[in-house]
Amino acid sequence: MLTGANIPYDAIVIGASAGGLDALGVFLPMLEAGLPVPILIVQHISATSDSFIITYFDRMCKLKVKEAEEKEILEPGCVYFAPPDYHLLVEADKSISLSNEEKVNYSRPSIDVLFETASWAYGNRLIGIILTGANWDGAAGCELIKKGGGLIIVQDPKTASISRMPESVIERFKPDYVLPLQEIGPLINKIFNSTPTQ
Amino acid sequence: MVVQELNSEILPQDPQAIEIGLLFEGIYLRYGYDFRDYGKAHAKRRIMHRMVISGINSISELQHRVLYDESFFHLMLQDLSINTTEMFRDPEFFLSIREQVIPVLKTYPFIKIWHAGCSTGEEVYSMAIILKEEGLLNRTQIYATDFNPSVLQKAREAIYPVSQMKDYTRNYIKSGGKSSFSEYYNARYDSVIMKKILKENIVFADHNLVTDSVFGEMNLVMCRNTLIYFNKSLQDKVVGLFRDSLVTGGFLCLGSKESITFSPHNIYFEPVVSKHKIFRLKY
Repeated sequence: MLTGANIPYDAIVIGASAGGLDALGVFLPMLEAGLPVPILIVQHISATSDSFIITYFDRMCKLKVKEAEEKEILEPGCVYFAPPDYHLLVEADKSISLSNEEKVNYSRPSIDVLFETASWAYGNRLIGIILTGANWDGAAGCELIKKGGGLIIVQDPKTASISRMPESVIERFKPDYVLPLQEIGPLINKIFNSTPTQ
Repeated sequence: MVVQELNSEILPQDPQAIEIGLLFEGIYLRYGYDFRDYGKAHAKRRIMHRMVISGINSISELQHRVLYDESFFHLMLQDLSINTTEMFRDPEFFLSIREQVIPVLKTYPFIKIWHAGCSTGEEVYSMAIILKEEGLLNRTQIYATDFNPSVLQKAREAIYPVSQMKDYTRNYIKSGGKSSFSEYYNARYDSVIMKKILKENIVFADHNLVTDSVFGEMNLVMCRNTLIYFNKSLQDKVVGLFRDSLVTGGFLCLGSKESITFSPHNIYFEPVVSKHKIFRLKY
């Protein structure tokens, strides 16, 4: 496992919409314990959803999974989900802000809002991942991350249950990786050198 | 040498962060509105949004417009003020008000309620409906305040799109409504106006949580989803303002993702319904 100055990135942001819970159910459990960076996720979800998905993913994953709380300082190895009906933002001091301002791309939480503010906070030290979904939320945010020197990974539209969201990124620019879902987790483990040895 | 070291530690690295700091300093000096302790990520998004709409290339250019063009400043004021609200938003919260808070309020001969940051007034009227149904409205004085004059005017007018009524009716029922929601408004074409009886005891007033002082002797202060836009020190200051505005045993109601747990004022409050962020000033 890489530590300290050897870590190539400082955070991972993920956006998913229709079909995303299944995709995350495949992706998140593949990540090894001890990931040296935080993961922030916007999964489009109904405003009245309960916290079941948090409990569910926390049980399935080697990493700690929780709902993002206002003013919380991001911790390595922790997965933060945007709460239903709130935008998730990252501050320059790597703490979390929530907002209930108007919907962006018909969505609250919106992937673009997370990706944009995370890009401001982390610059080229950020990985953005777009999974399955039926709209274009996240595409503008990915482009911003890319322009800031960050890394963009997109689920191969052919393997996505709904291809629109990954496609909307690929239409804008060439992502660093376009991969089947099953290969994204291993890539992240490899980037942070956390592939289990024996 | 010492100066150099100090500088590199104190100065933010990001030039845009410096520009935003200067913009808010300028707005405060010129117009008296204080956004200096607002959450920066949120503020930066709103500023960027305004730059795109108005075709402005840098925050410094925007600052020039704001300082010299008052009408442009008022546009920025709308940008920086969040006005997402609905009637009986989080119906379970209002159900808790009905079940846990109203019985206590009923023991008082006279009740004062402050809606701080009331925006366009939807929650003010939601609360007025509950008070009416519980027989408390005629002995309650309601203060509804906001720093944004245009939303306050909308709150006063109490005219809302008829298209929202389906959702609001559903919320009203879930919140334990005892009557029919349509009894509280008159519909005409594509708008509704809330009935006058609800407004009789409401005073609408311009009040800025950041720069103005306490509202005295309140039995209940409701301020939902405003504190999340403030940084930690401003949050603490405003919770202090609420504490000073409440009578002993008075209720403080915050938004579902807001908390006073890490506030220095926490020790003065006790939770009434933790899940819905209803607190009470301890005796």
